[in-house]
Amino acid sequence: MDLNGNCIIAADRQTVWKALNNAEILRASIPGCTELTGTPEDGFEAVVTQKIGPVKATFKGSVTLTDIVEGVSYRISGSGKGGAAGFAKGSAAIRLEDVEGGTNLIYEVEAKVGGKLAQLGSRVVHGVAIKLANQFFENFKTVVAPPKEAVDEVEEKPAKGWFSKLLDWFKKLTG
Amino acid sequence: MPKDNGIGASPKRREDVRFLTGRGRYVDDIKLQNQCFAVFARSQVAHGIIKSIDTSEAEGMPGVLAVFTGEDFTEVGGNPAGWLIHSRDGEPMKEPKRPVLAHGKVRHVGDAYAAVIAETYEQAVEAAEAIDADIDEQDAIVDMAAALANSDNLVHDEIETNQCFDWGWIEDNRAATDEAIKNAPHVTTLELINNRLIPNAMEPRASTADYNPGTGHYTLYTTSQNPHLTRLLISAFVMGIPENKLTIIAPDVGGGFGSKIFHYGEEALVLAASKKLGRPVRWTASRWESFLTDAHGRDHRTTIELATDKEGNFLAFRTSTLANVGAYLSNFSTVTPTILHGTVIAGNYTVPLTYVNVKAVFTNTAPVDAYRGAGRPEATFSVERVIDKCARELGIDPIEIRRKNFIKKEQFPFLTAAGLEYDSGDYHALMDKLEEMADFDGFEARKAESAKRGLLRGLGINTYVEACGLAPSNLAGILGSRVGLYESATVRVNATGNISVMTGSHSHGQGHETVFPQIVADMLGMSADDIDIVHGDTSKIPFGMGTYGSRSMAVGGSAIVRATEKIIEKATKIAAHMMEAGDGDIEFNDGVFSVVGTDKTVTFPEVAFKAYIPHDYPIDKLEPGLEETAFYDPGNFTYPSGAYACEVEIDPDTGKVTICSFSAADDVGNVINPMIVEGQIQGGLGQGIGQALVENCVYDENGQLLSGSYMDYTMPRADDMPFFNVDQSCLTPCTHNPLGAKGCGEAGAIGSPPTVINAVVDALSHLGVTHVDMPASPARVWAAIQAAK
Repeated sequence: MDLNGNCIIAADRQTVWKALNNAEILRASIPGCTELTGTPEDGFEAVVTQKIGPVKATFKGSVTLTDIVEGVSYRISGSGKGGAAGFAKGSAAIRLEDVEGGTNLIYEVEAKVGGKLAQLGSRVVHGVAIKLANQFFENFKTVVAPPKEAVDEVEEKPAKGWFSKLLDWFKKLTG
Repeated sequence: MPKDNGIGASPKRREDVRFLTGRGRYVDDIKLQNQCFAVFARSQVAHGIIKSIDTSEAEGMPGVLAVFTGEDFTEVGGNPAGWLIHSRDGEPMKEPKRPVLAHGKVRHVGDAYAAVIAETYEQAVEAAEAIDADIDEQDAIVDMAAALANSDNLVHDEIETNQCFDWGWIEDNRAATDEAIKNAPHVTTLELINNRLIPNAMEPRASTADYNPGTGHYTLYTTSQNPHLTRLLISAFVMGIPENKLTIIAPDVGGGFGSKIFHYGEEALVLAASKKLGRPVRWTASRWESFLTDAHGRDHRTTIELATDKEGNFLAFRTSTLANVGAYLSNFSTVTPTILHGTVIAGNYTVPLTYVNVKAVFTNTAPVDAYRGAGRPEATFSVERVIDKCARELGIDPIEIRRKNFIKKEQFPFLTAAGLEYDSGDYHALMDKLEEMADFDGFEARKAESAKRGLLRGLGINTYVEACGLAPSNLAGILGSRVGLYESATVRVNATGNISVMTGSHSHGQGHETVFPQIVADMLGMSADDIDIVHGDTSKIPFGMGTYGSRSMAVGGSAIVRATEKIIEKATKIAAHMMEAGDGDIEFNDGVFSVVGTDKTVTFPEVAFKAYIPHDYPIDKLEPGLEETAFYDPGNFTYPSGAYACEVEIDPDTGKVTICSFSAADDVGNVINPMIVEGQIQGGLGQGIGQALVENCVYDENGQLLSGSYMDYTMPRADDMPFFNVDQSCLTPCTHNPLGAKGCGEAGAIGSPPTVINAVVDALSHLGVTHVDMPASPARVWAAIQAAK
């Protein structure tokens, strides 16, 4: 299954690149990620809990960064075993381009699921993948370059767990 | 003759009393003292090299008694294919080993590479998940054409190809068929897919092994359509357990449709585990295992050409097929796309030339094998679809083009271009009957009425003939069978006159327990209520080749007739002694022996009693007792046939196909129990309509099964079915078995898919649609409509 797209982030390329190599920001951006430890150089260990169709599973796996062109692009690859639920693996080629008002992040995702996850959840996997990718980049954008209006919008709504905490953190940072 | 329950009567199915009241006794109902549980670790990838399997954590878990991997079975034999097929060049087919547990490589999702035996099922599940297998995933081989084109990526490295065989039938007719097609005034070509199906028996596979260390005897309770064949395979090929030390019991079995003909690795595993532990070991498939590991059905890609003259007289059929055999050769996987497919490619027609080419392909998918109809539905679908297309191209009525080419009643026995001698049939009479049943004259009015409601109405016509009642052993042997295809029966008359009949035909829903006693009752002039059937236990039955290929009545029933004839012969001698007459002066009618020309009589129960209490008995000439066994080997296949019509309505906005009516005129030969025959025909029609409209097994390009649950694999339901209009009155008896019966189990599933698709195409033909692949789902039909616009 392939998934391609892009998003514009209101931050300069170097800021975005640093965030793409920051374990804490990645953890906060990957939907369902409860743990992400390690370094860009040695790779990360991740724990992600996801519900795909009728299958809910906690995936334990590794995340590695390869094909690194400093400040421009890398490939982030992950594979996770969900025990009896099956496995998921995939990679995303990510490339950054300067554009007016920030950085264009272009991604090409390849993903693969197997075992019970494919057997029972295949119907919804593509839709879930699109949703997860969108969530990831929404989260990432919000962390790296919180839009002013988003802050306002959220302030009017009830708090949403870690999302609002992150916003609070950013508000503190930006004074 | 007892009118209420002899031949031709329709007593209610006696087995239904227990089936419908929860009193059936299936493998999983059998609980044995001290039993433990097997659970399998199954591959999540379609193709991978097993680097290592670490079972240490699993072995230390609570309740775990043993863990097995492929390493434990390197000394035992593989599960063999039952038929040896030769390629066109004379080379034998490629037969890679099929181990009990995957060894070296996993070859399809669901391929078992380890098994855990534990005190409880839950403990076994937990431990199986803790097995750490390092499997290096390889690119999956899923598409058949790609599998043949790519010799670098192999399902089985040792055979150096993904092709099992390249079979031609009849090879000597190839050149003449090619020539006829080259020179024909008209050639219709059709490319089609016979969709892959998952059998979905209501009862999942289950096996419980019980090894007795005191006697060295194994008992295996298993979901089998043919326990003796399973015993033979385990004894002679897989495990080497002597047949006298192995009892196979297939108790009530909840449907098979072919998938339970075969021996599976799980059976061998529980036997080995029971021996190792000295305890009963049981395994029952969960439904997801059934989806992944029961042998699937169909899965052909075919190009068929029909050459005709301008008037629609058939000159030749030529087909080229890729047949998926999956990752391993299941027991009948090689005969299904070949002998059971190529030999019926002439259909009901006098066509002088046919040629069939089948390339069987290994892929990283579950094994594919016989499924209700097995090869004959695939042949019928190809032939009848291309005839329908040809009729449209030539502007000939689909009924007329078939009538024009039918074998005529007076031409039987008829040797077809595909090499079979059909013994009897009357295809014109079936078509006459169909015309009477289906009201073709009213179709245009109904079509106009549908159009008023915005619906497209189509009429599909189809005929079929199948070769079943498998099969003459000598012929099967010539064609590549590694077993005989006779059937056995023992008729045991008890001292008090009631009867037990042991049959090798296994019943798993067909109604044998009701219908076989009708035969014996009829012959002995007694009530069927006093006759019981014993089946499914190798320790009680002489031998048996089981139930498949619509063979139970034609072959198993005939064996019962032969054994009963022997009973009558012996009973006649006893009766002669009792009445102090010569054997030749005794007549037997309606259960009473009489001396011709006198009023002396003795009844059958009196004779039976005498046989077991032989005080005054011709002991010097005759043994006591009244029990006879017969093995019946058929003289030919049997050839049921039929003419079907179906009307559908299609909603052009949604593509939804609704079957409005379905008429089926079948010739299944003589009918023993009309109600059961009707039920079998209806069931077959339902299964065929399922294939035509809703069922589809789909693997993705990585070999992951996408239709792996009932959320994604659609089963036909009652509201997908019309009220069937069925008829079996146009019968021509089989000429070579004592019952004149031909078989009815597969007929409906063979004849209905092309009928439905012919109707769908008829409804859409004004748009230019010439074919819709099965299943004709709303999405596909809608897409066909859009593409034609």
